[in-house]
Amino acid sequence: MERKGVRKKKPIGKLVLMGVVSAALYVTLLMKQDIIIDYFGRGGLYAFLPIAAAFIFSFFHGSFTGSFWTVLGVEARKKKEVK
Amino acid sequence: MHDVVTQVSNFIDLTWMNMTYLFLVGFVGGLVSGFIGSGGAFVLTPGMMSIGVPALVSVASNMCHKFPKALIGSLKRAKYGQVDVKLGLVLGASAEAGVLYGAHIQESIKKAFGDAGSNLYVSVAFVLVLGIVGTIVLRDALKSNKSGNAYEKEKVTKLARWVQSINIPGTMVYFKSINAKVSVLMTIPLGFATGMLAATIAVGGFLGVPAMMYVLGAPSLMASATELVIAFVMGLGGSFKYAMHGLVDIRLSMIILAGSLFGIQLGAIGTTYVKPFMIKLVMGLIMVIVLFSRGLMVPVYLSQLGVIQTLGEGTVKILKTTSFAIMILALLIGAGVVLNAIWKGIREEKLQNSTKEVLEHGKI
Repeated sequence: MERKGVRKKKPIGKLVLMGVVSAALYVTLLMKQDIIIDYFGRGGLYAFLPIAAAFIFSFFHGSFTGSFWTVLGVEARKKKEVK
Repeated sequence: MHDVVTQVSNFIDLTWMNMTYLFLVGFVGGLVSGFIGSGGAFVLTPGMMSIGVPALVSVASNMCHKFPKALIGSLKRAKYGQVDVKLGLVLGASAEAGVLYGAHIQESIKKAFGDAGSNLYVSVAFVLVLGIVGTIVLRDALKSNKSGNAYEKEKVTKLARWVQSINIPGTMVYFKSINAKVSVLMTIPLGFATGMLAATIAVGGFLGVPAMMYVLGAPSLMASATELVIAFVMGLGGSFKYAMHGLVDIRLSMIILAGSLFGIQLGAIGTTYVKPFMIKLVMGLIMVIVLFSRGLMVPVYLSQLGVIQTLGEGTVKILKTTSFAIMILALLIGAGVVLNAIWKGIREEKLQNSTKEVLEHGKI
């Protein structure tokens, strides 16, 4: 007896991996505050540092938070796009 | 703003309480932004200042959290087919110009009238824009709900139909959200005004989203989603500008981002569970409530400038506290509506799915 529509697998592996990386980034940020503030606050060409950091954090933490809600079962309503 | 400031004095000592507070405010702000396309920013800047962060660092750090948040939010909403990337980029380009001009005006006012003058200017802008636009948006939302046409396709305004009918050869661009060609000469002032407002009150979306809906004719779901693209462009440009002056406290930006990335994804999911008019309702509600919050501060600044009789210290404290509390309330109400919609929607869907399964088992 086959069930119609296979239940999607929850991205637990991705959640854990992204969670670990995200946590590592935040721990580094807080433990190395002094050095980071020193370089990131220098201005001029060092402006790329906070911008790059923002992209990196958003990639890993964004992935983690996305998987977080999916694993919890909080997902978009399954219907065609509403215009 | 162009003076190079000492780094050490810019960056506060972080405590666990500060970090938790910023995380939570970030979460709620992100939730609202994911839903209506904007709105967390106006709480975050004063929120940071209330824990001792200098004003410019607050604005700069807020910007540096805004663009990655907007990026993730727009990617999420793009999955639901709600983002008009082209429109977002076209408006974003002129919004960037608006931000630079708006910042320039802010600086001139600050030079001429000091902090009190600058604060008064910002508050008046809040009251005018939120008062006029917020009322329009809220009235429209309530009308849609009353008329019982909540599920019907949103009507395009007469103004938008006129804008869509204008044909200026060589400037016409097709936008999928409008499903029509519109002249970029029409989009330039809208984007510019959005940028100017963003530079003034930190939330450009309160003009951007209504402009896309009522002047260009985009549906509310797509307007609020596309606003995230504009926010990304403005935020990226603004962050660079501030980072070049060493004003970004990356710790604050990333801690707020930690919370807001949870929130913005949830807010985006929430849009798939609501009727389109809810976007307008939440936006209009927040705008009108924040209007009162800012309105309370106007007498304070008038008193500081000597335009009215000096207010007592006690009175000023009451006004400031009430103003801040009302602002938080606005965000919490917005967040509450979104969370309620998600909760109800998911429960309903689970019920439908289990009913389906029972019926299918019954067929065998």
